[in-house]
Amino acid sequence: MERDTNFILGVYDDEDVLLHAIKKVRSSGVKIHEVYSPYPVHGIDDVLGYKRSKLPIAAFLFGMLGTSLALTMQFYMMRFDWPMIIGGKDFAAVPDFIPVTFEMTVLLAAFGMVGVFMISSNLKPWAQPRIFDVRITDDKHVMAIDIANNSSMDLEKIQEILKSSGASEVNKKSFE
Amino acid sequence: MAHHDVHHYNLDQKFDFKASTKKSIVTVLVIGIALLALGVIMAIFGGGHEAEGAEAGHAFHWYERLYANLWINNVYFTGIAIVGVFFFAIQYAAQAGWSSPIVRVMLSFGNWLPFAAILMLVTFFVANHDLFHWTHSYLFDKNSAEYDSIIDGKGAFFYWPMEKGTFPVFYIARMIIFFGIWIFFFNKFKKLSLAEDINGGTSYWYKIRSNAAFFLVFFAVSSSVSAWDWVMSIDTHWFSTLFGWYVFASWFVAGLSSITLVVIFLRGQGYLEMINENHIHDLGKFIFGFSIFWTYLWFSQFLLIYYANIPEETVYFLERLDSDVYGPFIFVNLGMNFVLPFLVLMTRDAKRHGVFLKLVCTLLIVGHWVDIFLMVQPGTLGHNGGIGFMEVGMFLIYGASVALVVLGGLAKHNLIAKNHPMLEESYNHHI
Repeated sequence: MERDTNFILGVYDDEDVLLHAIKKVRSSGVKIHEVYSPYPVHGIDDVLGYKRSKLPIAAFLFGMLGTSLALTMQFYMMRFDWPMIIGGKDFAAVPDFIPVTFEMTVLLAAFGMVGVFMISSNLKPWAQPRIFDVRITDDKHVMAIDIANNSSMDLEKIQEILKSSGASEVNKKSFE
Repeated sequence: MAHHDVHHYNLDQKFDFKASTKKSIVTVLVIGIALLALGVIMAIFGGGHEAEGAEAGHAFHWYERLYANLWINNVYFTGIAIVGVFFFAIQYAAQAGWSSPIVRVMLSFGNWLPFAAILMLVTFFVANHDLFHWTHSYLFDKNSAEYDSIIDGKGAFFYWPMEKGTFPVFYIARMIIFFGIWIFFFNKFKKLSLAEDINGGTSYWYKIRSNAAFFLVFFAVSSSVSAWDWVMSIDTHWFSTLFGWYVFASWFVAGLSSITLVVIFLRGQGYLEMINENHIHDLGKFIFGFSIFWTYLWFSQFLLIYYANIPEETVYFLERLDSDVYGPFIFVNLGMNFVLPFLVLMTRDAKRHGVFLKLVCTLLIVGHWVDIFLMVQPGTLGHNGGIGFMEVGMFLIYGASVALVVLGGLAKHNLIAKNHPMLEESYNHHI
């Protein structure tokens, strides 16, 4: 497995330059693999053309699961499994169930969302992150271009585009 | 920061309160008057309940329902008016930039406050015994058969420093002081904001902010106390510790919905070009969030009373849930103010598009009126209440009057605080 991926990296000093550069690079037909930043850059997902995350849908579905589990559990316990008279109320006293139902909804929505996020982002504990450039944890923004995805363009052309878009350096990177 | 484009908006725009707009509002007003008249006529000749009323101690008169309606709308629209000023003050205290082009819209709701103050005082003196049980002097007379030791214990809160059962000095003084200070701060904010238009600079912003801080502290106390005075004192025996926040939450959601509706209306008329879906999204989030906050308070009050099951507390909900007249409205109230806004405004898109927000805001403005209706009518009218022509008519009359006063006030001055130091931040607002 040698040189199976091969990247060209544009290194940017400034997020303002970066945002304009992303627009330029994309409009010149180069497909961007990913952009790495030391901190969240506002508006970057828009210029990269990312679709909105579907995570809220997962949160909603897990929330609904929590609601139904909580209600089922309480109805089963309080009405069928071990009915007890508490405070003179009915066995199935719905207002009593609301706080637990609310908590379960929030709990499962939160856990479900975190879980789905980790799975969809490939954040498993044994995952080996690919570090394109150590400076992305400090003060540089790095735009990674996968050569395999841009086979129609030659390397010099891509490097030229990156340079003219304001990159302070243009590097190459391969992973084992 | 993110790349900025240069913006050239017309900041000198002034809202033109067109004759056609006025005409449609006046039409609503006239329909309201017609419905109210119809309701009054039906109440005078309909009678019917008088035998039952006589049983309970005193006969029911049709004008009691009229007074109760005046009171519902006095309380409700006072809330919407003061929430406009409150939300304005919040923007400055929180140093919010996104809302800077619409601060004048919020503030314009305060124009209703002087009218609300007069209406409230006059209604109180006219309706008196018909709305507030505690105004009967025999309740405080130990020799009277009607002596009520519980109300006697609370008497000083209304009558201090006078003798209980005479003239409610403390109560009236609170009403006047609250309205007086609210109107004072409203005028102060307006004066400073308008002076900023002429002189510019950041000093006005700082002055408004420090005034806003004082106003917010005062409003935190006065909003709660006014809820006890104007609403909770109707059910004189009963009390709830979170009632002040509950009424405030109702006011706040209704006020936010009104502000949002006016902003969307102005956008539709071609004003406020800098307000885009990002700003609308923020307003939508406020409405969504505070609808849930209102539900939280409603349910907190209900659950504790239901669970503890103490007769002196449960009477409040029994009067409503066990009543043929009010029972269904409890569920209408929860459906309109929680379930529907919660489901409709849950997605991001719904909060960003005027169509959904217009729908939800209208729903909430009616819904929170129902909430105040449920607070006032059972304690004043008992089974003689309900939603009929009189209720709808009076609501339309008040709504149209408030719209005329608020939009009229908005048209008098520049629509945008054109020298607000944070306008640029608002142009680039993006979420």
